[in-house]
Amino acid sequence: MAGEETHAEEDDRANPALSDISREETPMNMKLKLTTVALGVTLAAGPAMAELVFPSLSYRTGPYAANGIPFADGYADYFTLLNERDGGIGGEAIRMIECETGYNTEKGVECYESTKGEGALVYQPLSTGITYQLIPKATADGIPVHSMGYGRTSAKDGSVFKNIFNYPANYWDGASVAIKHLLDVNGGSLEGKKIALVYHNSAYGKEPIRTLEELSKKHGFELSLLPIDHPGQEQKSQWLQIRREKPDNVIMYGWGVMNQVAIQEAANIRYPMDQFIGIWWSGSENDVRPAGDAANGYKALTFHNVGDDFPVFDDIQKFVVDAGKAAGAGDQIGTALYNRGLYAAMLAAEAAKTAQGMHNTTTLTPAQMRDGMEALEITEAKMADLGLPNFGPEFKVSCENHGGNGFVAVSQWDAAADSWSLITDYVQSDQDILGPLVTEDAAAFAAESGITPGC
Amino acid sequence: MPEQLAFALEVTANGLMAGVLYALVALGFVLIYKASGIFNYAQGVMALFAALTLAGIMDGQVPFSHLINAVFGTDVHHFGWNVPAFLAILLTMVVMIALAYAVQRLVFRHLVGQEPIILFMATIGLAYFLEGVGDLMWGSDIKSMDVGLPQGINTWIDETTFEALGYGFFIDNLDIVASIIAALLVIGLVMFAQYTKQGRAMRAVADDHQAALSVGVSLNFIWILVWSLAGFVALVAGIMWGTKSGVQFSLSLIALKALPVLMLGGFTSIPGAIVGGLIIGVGEKLFEFLIGAPFLGGATENWFAYMLALIFLVFRPQGLFGEKIIERV
Repeated sequence: MAGEETHAEEDDRANPALSDISREETPMNMKLKLTTVALGVTLAAGPAMAELVFPSLSYRTGPYAANGIPFADGYADYFTLLNERDGGIGGEAIRMIECETGYNTEKGVECYESTKGEGALVYQPLSTGITYQLIPKATADGIPVHSMGYGRTSAKDGSVFKNIFNYPANYWDGASVAIKHLLDVNGGSLEGKKIALVYHNSAYGKEPIRTLEELSKKHGFELSLLPIDHPGQEQKSQWLQIRREKPDNVIMYGWGVMNQVAIQEAANIRYPMDQFIGIWWSGSENDVRPAGDAANGYKALTFHNVGDDFPVFDDIQKFVVDAGKAAGAGDQIGTALYNRGLYAAMLAAEAAKTAQGMHNTTTLTPAQMRDGMEALEITEAKMADLGLPNFGPEFKVSCENHGGNGFVAVSQWDAAADSWSLITDYVQSDQDILGPLVTEDAAAFAAESGITPGC
Repeated sequence: MPEQLAFALEVTANGLMAGVLYALVALGFVLIYKASGIFNYAQGVMALFAALTLAGIMDGQVPFSHLINAVFGTDVHHFGWNVPAFLAILLTMVVMIALAYAVQRLVFRHLVGQEPIILFMATIGLAYFLEGVGDLMWGSDIKSMDVGLPQGINTWIDETTFEALGYGFFIDNLDIVASIIAALLVIGLVMFAQYTKQGRAMRAVADDHQAALSVGVSLNFIWILVWSLAGFVALVAGIMWGTKSGVQFSLSLIALKALPVLMLGGFTSIPGAIVGGLIIGVGEKLFEFLIGAPFLGGATENWFAYMLALIFLVFRPQGLFGEKIIERV
């Protein structure tokens, strides 16, 4: 197009009459010029530069759709809000591309391959399996990945995992804060206590074992491990074992139907619900509602706030739901997983803003987005400005630390009110224990992948 | 009584109960395989579909509401009423019979005389289709299943065993109910097969399609009947499992629990499904208690069930109660 404009200028000089007409700037001529310039800029910049592209690898179908739908709705609705209320981020419109994974790793990778050419700025794989597949691919393609509260825990070490981020908290933070909470409710000592870990018998479920083993040495509690095979519809053996051994507390790393059955079985054996703590993937309304009143008092860890009593939800109602632009039926707003999706979108948008400021541009490349994520700082003032006061922990990302500061809170289910509420502040995980574990695992990955760590 | 022995007895009792629940799923497979030689891959999804329909009807949910709202721009979700459990079960049965009719009319009537593998493939297609229709019809959210079945520890058994043995056994009330219902179901099915005209026709078709046709038995009617019965069994299984875990799409995976039961009990025997279920239930629970949890790190039940079934197959390839097929060349 630039070449064509040059020819046009040469023609103008060769034909004074035409040149004069064109200098008169008739409305028709002006319109033509503006169109040409706009078209030229658009084509030169390419589709990736004209808008901010955020893929959403969602799962609205399949066995885990009940969890995938609210997250995908929250993620989409926040971006829609920014588009409708603020005109996007920094004046650039957001384009969210949703791709259905069905929570299937192969489909997730296909989604990545089919959308990365669209100028995708960051991927949230929403599955530990997909995350593990995308770690080498996205690193090679220079696209950042944000696995928020899932994925490979040692991705926190940014000197090894340069393109992978897992702020604000990871599975090991969850395990550590569960133990800190138990310390709090037991007067500061877990000496001689019995704690059982009921976990999904998969790479995900096994994540906290090492951390809990280290913590059991430090605090003197006895840890027993109870794996449950996928999908987890039959757990009688494990709960009979819990009934026999009478652990003081049960920590659960479950997923899908395993959560509902575990909570029901705990109720069946009359295990005290307030001594039963789930990780955030065992802490949605879906997990507790089927057990009805029996689930009252069940606790779950979380790295974001719960409910819809935040100013941002008024804007979502006004600009998204009432305008008929909501991603779903509007019935998921304020649920634990909707809020998690919204929080993920907020963190992506704030990283994009940071990147725009750093590179003094409104349009972004994936590499610039990565820089923005690495320089992201979430403060209470910033969250309050966004209509999300105390919605999540404060944290700062750096080259060495891609995982935030490991602050996690504990929520509790009130069956009568049909809602979760936070019962603790955001508490920091035991960095003395977790720091060396992260470094060790990241170093092993660096050695096997031939990566030279460095910032 | 030594404590370990009391624990083992408790585990055995719970294994028997779990076995009944596995057998409930296996029964549906047996009914269809016996009458038509089709291994119905969709049986697990039928249990899901039946449970979804029952929960949806009870809740007064408008079927296909998301689709209707998307196409017509409406905002309908519920009729505004709740249907009593008994009536909802009857209505769900009507839906399952309609499904059986549609499956027979639209799929299997066109595949008569095809190889068993073709029929099996058709049921795989049916499974995916039903899963999608179930999703579209009733949504993907997890629904509570409350038809009034009791749940939780049976206090009478707890107290009685505590007085007798010094350790109170845990037996879930839901498992007791499931066992009674399964027993009634099996008695009902056997009586139906033995003493009714349709039942005898069903057995005739199961023995020899051609011979049954030659004496005037309507193959179409019998197959619709069998698929309806399998739909009914799926509904019962869906209610039991749905009460335990809520009605959700993972419910279709309960079929995985039925496969070792079928391998062990035989694909063609109703009592085989029950006995197979009990052996698998007790076997896997006892193995987990005695060897799995103490020595192998736990979570042995899934693979042990298949291993147990395979051991039986070595000695009786047709399963415990299956028909021995002798084909002469």
